[in-house]
Amino acid sequence: MKYIDEFRDGRTARVIAAVIAAETRADRRYHIMEFCGGHTHAISRYGLSDLLPDNIRLIHGPGCPVCVLPIGRIDNAIDLALNHKVILATYGDCLRVPASGGLSLLKAKARGADVRMVYSSADALKLAQDNPEREVVFFAIGFETTTPPTAVAIVQSSILGLKNFTVFCNHVLTPSAIANILESPEVRLHGTVPLDAFIGPAHVSTVIGSQPYEHFAEEYEKPVVIAGFEPLDVMQAILMLVRQLNEGRAEVENEFSRAVTREGNVKAQNLVAEVFELRKSFEWRGLNEVPYSALRIKAKYATWDAERRFGIEYKSVADNKACECGAILRGLKRPQDCKLFGTVCTPENPMGSCMVSSEGACAAHYTYGRYKDAVV
Amino acid sequence: MVLGFDMTVRKGYIRPVDFRHGRVDMTHGSGGRAMAQLIEELFLAAFDNDWLRAANDNACFAVQSGRMVMATDSHVVSPLFFPGGDIGCLSVHGTINDVAMSGAKPLYLSASFILEEGFPLADLKRIVESMAHAAREAGVAIITGDTKVVEQGKGDGVFITTTGVGVVPEGVHISGDRARPGDAILVSGTLGDHGVAIMAQRESLGFETTIQSDTAALHELVACMVAAVPDIHALRDPTRGGLATTLNEIARQSGVGMMLREEAIPVRQEVEAACEFLGLDPLYVANEGKLICICAPEHADELLAVMHAHPLGAEAAIIGAVHADPHHFVQMETGFGGKRIVDWLTGEQLPRIC
Repeated sequence: MKYIDEFRDGRTARVIAAVIAAETRADRRYHIMEFCGGHTHAISRYGLSDLLPDNIRLIHGPGCPVCVLPIGRIDNAIDLALNHKVILATYGDCLRVPASGGLSLLKAKARGADVRMVYSSADALKLAQDNPEREVVFFAIGFETTTPPTAVAIVQSSILGLKNFTVFCNHVLTPSAIANILESPEVRLHGTVPLDAFIGPAHVSTVIGSQPYEHFAEEYEKPVVIAGFEPLDVMQAILMLVRQLNEGRAEVENEFSRAVTREGNVKAQNLVAEVFELRKSFEWRGLNEVPYSALRIKAKYATWDAERRFGIEYKSVADNKACECGAILRGLKRPQDCKLFGTVCTPENPMGSCMVSSEGACAAHYTYGRYKDAVV
Repeated sequence: MVLGFDMTVRKGYIRPVDFRHGRVDMTHGSGGRAMAQLIEELFLAAFDNDWLRAANDNACFAVQSGRMVMATDSHVVSPLFFPGGDIGCLSVHGTINDVAMSGAKPLYLSASFILEEGFPLADLKRIVESMAHAAREAGVAIITGDTKVVEQGKGDGVFITTTGVGVVPEGVHISGDRARPGDAILVSGTLGDHGVAIMAQRESLGFETTIQSDTAALHELVACMVAAVPDIHALRDPTRGGLATTLNEIARQSGVGMMLREEAIPVRQEVEAACEFLGLDPLYVANEGKLICICAPEHADELLAVMHAHPLGAEAAIIGAVHADPHHFVQMETGFGGKRIVDWLTGEQLPRIC
């Protein structure tokens, strides 16, 4: 495929792999966290770890929007669909996330909830226009990549004066999550979770730019390389990080220069600032309450805020006790370290959110990599 | 009731069914005259053969000696009309293929329709004529059937269930539990065409593509293959769940593992591109005119040549091999140079969001 195959070329991959192998030092280990689920997916799907030396360990970070969504928020969405009888429009990934009482949006749908899968916020807006007699709620999730389209939908409905459309906003912020991981005692104080460097997000960075990561490089002395989601992007980023670590540098470098600038997409940023404001705190699955880590709709656009219109009250719900999603999202454990992995918890019957989306660390390992754990 | 119509309906002038503006109503399934008329003017006219003309609630036919095979398949595709086909020809091809995957020659089909009240008769006619065309082209007669009508809102236009019977040639024992370590895995052509053609038509997506469904009857291709190599181990058409799911089924049935080579798997560039932006994997997308063949390694080249010689196998390829594996994993050497599992499909293939 033109413009994509070039970034998946096996021969180039082997060349980069050879350079990485030659440049890694045998006397040290390299612990690299890929923050984004998109990277996790690429690494698993292309079997990228097979091309790396043993002393490079990739740690799957919390950048999977579905995985960090707390149960209580899904419960809220299910309540809207089941009890308030709204049309709940959402991205496909959200449908199977396990919620309280053995429910998920997909199971709620089987019980009569009107849940529609959409590809974009514009589709949700169109649903509202096509169904003027119904309340349509867009269950908005995701990092900075999906936030601007949600802002567009809200601004458009204000222009159109649409009365039956609201947004249940669950947008979260990447830099806050990275800071939270770096501030965790395991990383900062005890050093029990070795974390040497980050592969920075691809699509998120097209919006926010590379500038927000400079703080991490400076304050925490962790190199960051922003990389595209294609497997060669990831290989190249790993090589750049190995070089930084070998040379004792901690800088923000941009491998994804074909799409990311230092400033990012200023127009999108302004639009987001027009519609949203910071929440004081937001619960993340696996990271608990993280201060200033999520967005809510400004009072100016209250008419289109589902939380205000339906008086949504958030109740925190604890994960299954044996579920290690929290530790996995923070890099403390690997999927195969969890007792539930592959037994009680499978993609068909996920217990924790990391098993739901193909970008989740557990689902990616289960779907693509578990043959490596098999005892023959 | 049956496709066979009631001969006691009085001849004389009866206003013909309005196939231009008419719609299915409850009387079309009531067993009365309206139903008899629909059967006569539509189903009998289109499928026309001696068995239907006999107008019984069943069809009687002579059987040959040997092993017979029977398969049934329900069709609920949405949209009903898609590039490269429609639910009508699909319902004929689907069941013929299920019969043919035993190595059998398909002989007869039955067809059962569940129609939704309000469904345009013009569309029904188009569908039935497409079925008739597909059946005639395949040389397989539709010899008995049934029609029911459900109230508006209780169906999705039309559902069609077809059942087929066929005869397996002497000495042919094709079964999903016969894959053995060392066997070669072949596929008859490009993967994912049907699923992507369907998805491109769904209203919420609205992207334009030239991709056509690959819906086709594979029994003639199978006949050529079986004639060349009677000892084919397994055949299966990778419909729902695609290649990945079908290979996992066979791996489990046979108690073996498989290793595929990603670079050898034929996928059309347009399909790959569409899957790319929909967040899908072509290995999991449905096909309606492709087959997977598992055979002893010494037969692989001969079968590949036979497939290449047939229009429906022109793009056939050897995509991997069977090996011993107590975990029954289907694995793949990626084009990138790593390895990964090609797992069962989980739930429905859902698009990824970012």
